Amino acid sequence: MNNAGERLYNGLVKENPTFVLMLGMCPTLAVTTSAMNGLGMGLTTMVVLALSNLIISLLRHIIPNRVRIPAFIVIIASFVTAVQLLLQAYIPALNKSLGVYIPLIVVNCIILGRAESYAYSNPAIPSLFDGIGMGLGFTFALTCIGAVRELLGAGEIFGFGLMPDSFVPIRIFGQAPGAFFVLAALVALQNFVKNSRKKAGKSYEKIGSGCSEDCMNCSEKGCTKRFYDENGARKAAEPDKEGR
Amino acid sequence: MSELFKVSSNPHIRSKVATGGLMAAVIIALMPATGFGIYNFGPRALAVIAVTIASTILTEYFFGLYKGKLTITDLSAVVTGLLLALNLPVTIPLWMAALGGVFAILVVKMLFGGLGQNFMNPALAARCFLLISFPTAMTSFECDAYTGATPLAALKAGEAVNVLDMVMGRTAGTIGETSAIAILTGACILILFGVIDLRIPGSYIVTFTLFAGLFGGHGFHPAYLAAQLSGGGLMLGAFFMATDYVTRPITIKGQYVYGIILGLLTGIFRIFGPGAEGVSYAIILGNLLVPLIEKYTRPTAFGYRKGGKHREK
Repeated sequence: MNNAGERLYNGLVKENPTFVLMLGMCPTLAVTTSAMNGLGMGLTTMVVLALSNLIISLLRHIIPNRVRIPAFIVIIASFVTAVQLLLQAYIPALNKSLGVYIPLIVVNCIILGRAESYAYSNPAIPSLFDGIGMGLGFTFALTCIGAVRELLGAGEIFGFGLMPDSFVPIRIFGQAPGAFFVLAALVALQNFVKNSRKKAGKSYEKIGSGCSEDCMNCSEKGCTKRFYDENGARKAAEPDKEGR
Repeated sequence: MSELFKVSSNPHIRSKVATGGLMAAVIIALMPATGFGIYNFGPRALAVIAVTIASTILTEYFFGLYKGKLTITDLSAVVTGLLLALNLPVTIPLWMAALGGVFAILVVKMLFGGLGQNFMNPALAARCFLLISFPTAMTSFECDAYTGATPLAALKAGEAVNVLDMVMGRTAGTIGETSAIAILTGACILILFGVIDLRIPGSYIVTFTLFAGLFGGHGFHPAYLAAQLSGGGLMLGAFFMATDYVTRPITIKGQYVYGIILGLLTGIFRIFGPGAEGVSYAIILGNLLVPLIEKYTRPTAFGYRKGGKHREK
């Protein structure tokens, strides 16, 4: 199960869908007015992502290559509809505050992206954990953005007042421009930490796991299984140049 | 043959005017409006101005320390701070003024690469940031001397306003915008120094006057037009903000287009918008359109056919 742990780490940190891949920006910017909204949106997306990854991975030998995108959309839309009905039944408050962004999960590019780039070419269990990892990363990012915006824009986190009474809410953080400011600041912070760790010589990218067979996202440059090796390609090209 | 023809790359002619000198001229030109603001609103206005300028200078200084390149000597931070302070109501809490200064320099100017790279006017962007963040504090124009709505709001509500007071500046409003006479004095200084010309302010004010006359509902009534022109931030915006070298078009044709767009936007915001004032938002939107304006008003280089890339034969 080392592969599963690696997938979780990949989704949460290394390829965090919001802070690193910059996917799913529409819900990220629109619904993160409070930490609760961010958490709810993230968890809803995670459920859909994990289940659709699992089903698409199981069906990957059956789905014809030429119609795979419509097939993915049908699978994803089924789960989104199911999740929305469940939310309407059991957590109507969250359903109301997220509004149109729940049906819009169907077109969330993280879900389609993971289906296309991972689940369609990998076994079921790693795909499930890839979905959970990506979903957790998304949830983490949305909750962070929501918490910062709620703290500055309303002086609360998860509805609990944290600021002294003299605090005047900076309203812009509750509105659209604030989402951009907070997202930019958090991405900058994350890049700053990453770069300073790189400078300190600590390998941030490397993970002690087996091959994920995901060469596009693999950081091991010297891997012999790699279908496209940059160093090898350059070496192969050089003698040709010298020969002329 | 003692005289050698030296070959060097362009530019061959350099102006002696440096950024610091231009900025000093702008500061001098802003002095009448600043002085009148302090006289009008009392010592607290001075405190707001001092805090705002201090926050812009300190932000630029610390960012310069971090980047290893100090740029505070070009005085642009002082101009930004002063312009921002002149756009604030006198009753604003001082920490909000300081926050606005930090936002103007750090977010709008330095993060985009410093002076010359900012895509919109830092002082106006900070004013809009504060206006959205603290709507109550930014629109309460109550002080000892003048309480109540700004003349523009009164005008919009259909009340009568004293045009002479508005031209003189003895009304409610932000610190630097009330006196049309003081601002015009400063504008004359700028024009005499050759820092700005009348292309942008002229086309801006003329367009706005026409728009207000056509759609304002009062026709070309002189008192109404005079109140619209001298009320709010129009004069300050037209002469000091819209002419900012960084965020205006550099092509001459483009400057006329820019002024006309600003006039139209201000007219739309003031007459059809929910608020009484719209100069800040008009100029910021105009700033965003500047690259597009420049693209379509690019002059034809000498020896080239109009609009074409090929040399004339």
